[in-house]
Amino acid sequence: MSLITLHYDVPGDDFTRAGEASGNVKTHLKKLGFNPTVVRNVVIALYEAEINMVIHAGGGEIDVEIDPDQIRMVLTDHGPGIPDVELAMQEGYSTAPDNVRALGFGAGMGLPNIKKYTDDMQIETEIGVGTTMRLRVDVPA
Amino acid sequence: MLSTEFFHSVRLDEEKCKGCINCIKRCPTGAIRVRRGKAYIISERCIDCGECIRICPNHAKYAEKYSFNEILQYKYRIALPAPTLYGQFNNLDDVDYVLNGFLQMGFDDVFEVSVGAELVSDATRAYMQRQDIVRPVISSACPAIVRLIRVRFPNLIPNVLDLNAPLEEAARLARARAVEKTGLAPEDIGVFFITPCTAKITAIKQPICNEKSHISGVFAIKDIYPVLVGQMDKLTEVKPLKNSGILGVGWASSGGESAALIKERYLAADGIENVIKVLEEVEDEKLNDLDFIELNACSGGCVGGPLTVENPYVAKARLQRLRKYLPVSCNHLGTETIPHEMQWEKPLAPVSIMKLDTDLRRAMEKMAKMNEIEKTLPGLDCGTCGAPSCRDLAEDIVRGKASIEDCVFFTRENADGSNYIPIPAPFRKSDESKKSE
Repeated sequence: MSLITLHYDVPGDDFTRAGEASGNVKTHLKKLGFNPTVVRNVVIALYEAEINMVIHAGGGEIDVEIDPDQIRMVLTDHGPGIPDVELAMQEGYSTAPDNVRALGFGAGMGLPNIKKYTDDMQIETEIGVGTTMRLRVDVPA
Repeated sequence: MLSTEFFHSVRLDEEKCKGCINCIKRCPTGAIRVRRGKAYIISERCIDCGECIRICPNHAKYAEKYSFNEILQYKYRIALPAPTLYGQFNNLDDVDYVLNGFLQMGFDDVFEVSVGAELVSDATRAYMQRQDIVRPVISSACPAIVRLIRVRFPNLIPNVLDLNAPLEEAARLARARAVEKTGLAPEDIGVFFITPCTAKITAIKQPICNEKSHISGVFAIKDIYPVLVGQMDKLTEVKPLKNSGILGVGWASSGGESAALIKERYLAADGIENVIKVLEEVEDEKLNDLDFIELNACSGGCVGGPLTVENPYVAKARLQRLRKYLPVSCNHLGTETIPHEMQWEKPLAPVSIMKLDTDLRRAMEKMAKMNEIEKTLPGLDCGTCGAPSCRDLAEDIVRGKASIEDCVFFTRENADGSNYIPIPAPFRKSDESKKSE
């Protein structure tokens, strides 16, 4: 059984490169022939999570596992952690600084969007240590 | 797939082709390989954008050319100049000189494509009022973009404006006007489009959303230009023929089609690489706040076409001057409903040739293999294997179209001692002294 694994190092504070990982995952999924909805869900969720990593955590790592039934993504960072996950999950809640908002990010839709576009979302976070986010998108039979 | 299924206006002159790798690197759909020392176009992938014609240093890539004698087959001949043509002349201050030049050349009538453009703008404005459309709407005027979408972005097909391009609308009206004027049968009337690009030739010769084009033949601007200039010099009288305004002529440059919509929430991108970036963003739903997206494969829009003679920015500047003296618009639909004749006869169908396999599990196996192969390649994307990048070579190998030995670096690194030839120093990965021991 073939399993495609992809690994990305996401540099912090470099907006010119933010979106590289999700873009590359998209290229893989399209070439594999996944249905467009699956591709869209994965890419939108991963892009949001990738941007979060750049804005809040100074970068991190992304591991993606693609198998025919589901796509699993693990995003690990060593940033400040999320003090109140429940609050962060609320639409419109944002802690993004002004310079980030000026770029059009930080509208407080990141985490809610990730949840909306994935079938499962788990956040493990510890203040001062970092955050690990596990995402799963199922492929409809 | 049979090669006859795909007509292409972009051709290769094998005599001139040196097998260099300029074109394979430039192709936006990865449609070119070098095989046995010559470029080879993968027919199903080519979108006829003409990028390879522009880049080829040996002029081996060319556009299919038609003889002027073709017009003699018809009893009544109409020239259909694209507005881009007007920007090719120095010191032109009236479009009528160009239009009269065609009559002097032997055409019986001349009909501006910009007339069709103004009507398509009207129809697009009506289309944009509809509630049931997928936004942002993507323009379908550039045939290279329509083909790019069906090959690389099939998910975006519902966004594409399903109306005929201005040249088709102009050709339909021109023929109808001639039938009425002369009483001849429609097939006796030859309508000849003067094109800035290869993509439009392909769209005419092999339409993908209509059974047949309204256009009888095509001449490239660069081919007709020298003849036309000669005839324009001989003009003794200049009849008033022009019948389009700022909005219609504006379509020649990127942003012109959007400007004619009188809407603010639009984006206009030109140059194939910029266009691809925009399409990626539409696909990722990052541009949902836009109503309309105008895309042109050539830099600057149609003025940047590979079959034009003038620099696109100079042509654009000249058109700005010409437009100054024109009315805003001269042609209107006069109705809120889009005439049936302006709509595509059949929907745009995806061409899924980019997938590794139609079966997902087999595609996964191929990709796993491809990723493994890629690790053994140097990652230089040098193109000497005939594929545009190491990743493309890996893909060609799993598709059974190439072999790992095609990589000059792999072959040299893995050669046995007897016929060992060292890799050029700048590319050496391992210590050469060890190898020669």
